[in-house]
Amino acid sequence: MTDVLDPPVHVEPHDGGHEEHHGPTGILNWLTTTDHKVIGLSYTVTAVIMLVIGGLFAEIIRGQLATPNGTLVSLAQYNELFTMHGSVMIYLFAGPFAFGALANIIVPIQIGAPDMAFPRLNALSYWLYLTGAITMLSGFFTAGGAANFGWVGYAPLSNSLNTPGAGADLWIGGLLLTGFSAIFTGVNLVATIFYLRAPGMTMFRMPIFTWNMLVTAILILLAFPVLTAGLIMLYADRHFGTHIYSVAGGGVPVLWQHIFWFWGHPEVYILALPFFGMVTEIIAVFSRKPVFGYKGMIFATLTIAALSLGVWAHHMFTTGVVLLPFFSIMSLLIAVPTGIKMFNWIGTMWRGQIWFSTAMLMAIGFLFTFLIGGLTGIYLASPPLDFFTHDTYFVVAHFHSVVMALVLAGMAGLYYWGPKITGYLLNEKIGKAQFWFLFIGSQVFTIPLYILGLQGMPRRMAVYPHDPQWKMLNDLSTLGAVLIGLSTVLFVVNVVVSWKKYPAGDNPWDAHTLEWFTTSPPPHHNFYRLPQIRSERPTWDHNHPEHRALHHGEHEPAHENAGAKQ
Amino acid sequence: MKVEAKILLGLGLFFGLMCAVYWNWSLENAGGVMMFAAMLLGFLPGSYYYWWSRRMKQRPEDNPQATQTQGAGVVGAFPGSSIFPFVMGMGAFFVVLALVFGIWLLVPGLGLVVWALLGGTAEGRRGGQH
Amino acid sequence: MPTPALPPQGAPDRSRRWRRVRRAAALPLAALVLSGCTVPGFGASAGVTESSKSAFHLWQGFSIGAVIIGALVVVLMIYAMLRYRRKGDHIPVQHQYHLPLEVIYTVVPILIVFGLFAATLVVENKATANPQTNVVVNVNAFQWGWQFLYPGTHALVYGQTTQSPTMEIPVNTNVHINLTSTDVIHGFYVHAFNFSRYALPGVVNQFTIRAQSTGTFFGQCTQLCGLYHSLMFFQVKVVSASDYAKWIASFNNPADIAAAAAALKTTNAELASGVASKNTYTKFGR
Ligand code: HEM
Ligand SMILES: [Cu+2]
Ligand SMILES: [Cu+2]
Repeated sequence: MTDVLDPPVHVEPHDGGHEEHHGPTGILNWLTTTDHKVIGLSYTVTAVIMLVIGGLFAEIIRGQLATPNGTLVSLAQYNELFTMHGSVMIYLFAGPFAFGALANIIVPIQIGAPDMAFPRLNALSYWLYLTGAITMLSGFFTAGGAANFGWVGYAPLSNSLNTPGAGADLWIGGLLLTGFSAIFTGVNLVATIFYLRAPGMTMFRMPIFTWNMLVTAILILLAFPVLTAGLIMLYADRHFGTHIYSVAGGGVPVLWQHIFWFWGHPEVYILALPFFGMVTEIIAVFSRKPVFGYKGMIFATLTIAALSLGVWAHHMFTTGVVLLPFFSIMSLLIAVPTGIKMFNWIGTMWRGQIWFSTAMLMAIGFLFTFLIGGLTGIYLASPPLDFFTHDTYFVVAHFHSVVMALVLAGMAGLYYWGPKITGYLLNEKIGKAQFWFLFIGSQVFTIPLYILGLQGMPRRMAVYPHDPQWKMLNDLSTLGAVLIGLSTVLFVVNVVVSWKKYPAGDNPWDAHTLEWFTTSPPPHHNFYRLPQIRSERPTWDHNHPEHRALHHGEHEPAHENAGAKQ
Repeated sequence: MKVEAKILLGLGLFFGLMCAVYWNWSLENAGGVMMFAAMLLGFLPGSYYYWWSRRMKQRPEDNPQATQTQGAGVVGAFPGSSIFPFVMGMGAFFVVLALVFGIWLLVPGLGLVVWALLGGTAEGRRGGQH
Repeated sequence: MPTPALPPQGAPDRSRRWRRVRRAAALPLAALVLSGCTVPGFGASAGVTESSKSAFHLWQGFSIGAVIIGALVVVLMIYAMLRYRRKGDHIPVQHQYHLPLEVIYTVVPILIVFGLFAATLVVENKATANPQTNVVVNVNAFQWGWQFLYPGTHALVYGQTTQSPTMEIPVNTNVHINLTSTDVIHGFYVHAFNFSRYALPGVVNQFTIRAQSTGTFFGQCTQLCGLYHSLMFFQVKVVSASDYAKWIASFNNPADIAAAAAALKTTNAELASGVASKNTYTKFGR
């Protein structure tokens, strides 16, 4: 092709080119690296370990609930377990996996940048994340045990009167560290996307994944400082004798909920948008079509982000002290852009050539599971319906439909981008088996919980002696949890079995975006050469110049036989 | 740069509207203040970028017709490795542990943070190791 | 903010159109809600109070919508997956935009959302209405039990965890509940009422229930409140008006009277120390 520029375009001050990087090796390399790909890989491994830890807690929870008067753990231990399960999954797995692991690796490459804008800040983010995770989990080794007031830490239960002990302080400390880690990553992503795009990579040519990460990063910057401030006030209440959240000194307990959910709801989208982005890319690539409604997709993402700051109190409908109609309509409206995305995903598959690789199967699993989670979310936006489902298993089921969809999407991301990062493909047979375990397991796990919630089973119950008839549905749910656990085992097996076995090549999926233009794994500073960028699919345009995307009403130029070449 | 600025300004505008509606309707201060701050977070960087976008000449990444040669040149310094993020991270770790286990941990904590700040700055001046 | 002046006839025109749109969206939903008795319950149950039934009907309306939309999406997805399976190496036509289609699936959901919101408002106003009543119960939640105090009488019931104290109320009567907490946040939840409300320290949450059939119904704390949260039970016993009068009258020995008086005093003191008067936190929505 003539539009490829060679030699390199990114010239660095010192080595002036792309010779391999000569830094320290071994453990010192890991400690000192500022390469976004290595940092991203550390993030990936750490986050997957967190998924496994959080998953183990979940299996114990489900074991306890398999009988009405479970004795696997004590009441006190049960409170610690679901608190740390929720905390590990939300704070230490889902977010860092999305914006620390995959975004860190992929975003710079997708926009043709040599690295993140602030490589050392990026490394600092990782260390804060790792130490934050260690801090939070070390609560289990203190005398009083880990934090036990739920992942939302509602005041005044979380004050020093009701929850003395180091576990709670370690929880706060861990959140402060991971919070700053997230903020720094947010700054880094915004700066990278605003300033380090390759020539021709205009904003409206960025891949959807990068777009979603930009919006996620902006949401991080809007939301996380609020949480950090709230935590500092909580710490002050616990140790400096302030009464910000306690009635006794004139404080307002509900203030904590306002602050927490002002962060917490945008956090839901901070978790979800990256995974939406992954799925969008994967569906387009494996349908061999451009993203349907690319601009509408971006518009939907921005709308979701904008609305997500105005809906926090839908988590507080039953407090009786929030403005119900405002939060109800804002929450319902979020369904609109989410629906647009759903239809765009279907539109992308429509008239495509769908290749059911493991990544695509996982993405389709996401679509189904997220559909259930999204539809049940609409109920919860209606206060009268929330009044009787709030704090029951219906809510647990709703958000697990969503987060299991995100896990499916995350797995899709690993199967899709893993070869780019490591240079090797994963085994497709084991991958497909993993998919079925994960997908079926997710439904078997969540659907009984919806029914239980509607029958009145509250969440955060270690025992349910009053209603032993709930055992059967609980057992079914536990079976689902076991299937999910097995799927994780299969994933680990797959990594071990396929270790350096199936070389991937630069572009195993005939994919669209810039990361597939460079080698697998990409060199230090990512590119030896870049193609001309004329759409959001530069690699595809380069490989299939006669198959560029068509606008509405436009027709394929007369080269119907050109497809035969490919 | 225009698109970037407009996104932030648009978000700020939306948060401002939402803030006005919400605060006047609910009279609830916590959410009102937080939405107001969100509006500022849209407007402050947004207007700065907008101001710049009118003064600078078009960057190659904003030019739909740009060729790769236009991007040639120094993009920036990207230090290949540095120990100071790790030092800083450990410092922050100790500072947080001081919140839990005792004030004396601030000594190693702040010590490491200061070392990392000084060392990192000096390293930055040199342009980083490769 | 000054609004640009509309042409004189513009404003009514627009609002009429708007009303028509709203009505068009709300009508089928209302029809569904009205015919609620014959449609399935989608897992939920009607309950025994007036508002539990209207919430249930709203639930059915939402469920029908969810099933229709869900089925549409699933059918489209499965069709696409079967029909467009990869069959060779040729590259499909690279269509990317279809504006009319995109507009349709933006506008139609907006209409549906406003329909759902309208239905929500109707039911919500019913659920949160506070008509004047003469039966009042002060419910005070604490770690880990409940206290039911009937102001103006000597009736007082309390109990911890699985002792399940029983709150008695008369049938077909509006019962006004003043709900608060002495320590952390608790949740007052009765499944048969399809209703829950937080018991917040420093805030008195008020709501009205009107049970339409007699019986004993199980209730439980739903907001995590510490160690024995899983066992913080209570019962609500709905009885006839005459039985209720008898029950109230049975609290007549001096010990009962003294206990009720003391409880009333402590509760009032606790409430006075709270922020219930800060109207920014309690005043709206009613
Ligand atoms: C292996 C799959 C999983 C299983 C079997 C599982 C199981 C459970 C169960 C049974 C509960 C309810 C505990 C209770 O209320 O008593 C729970 C709570 C929760 N889960 Fe999961 N979960 C899984 C995956 C996830 C994932 C992937 C996330 C997030 C990304 C997540 C986030 C949460 C949160 C935030 C809570 C609420 C904790 C609280 O009440 O404070 N879970 N999980
Ligand atoms: Cu939310
Ligand atoms: Cu409780």
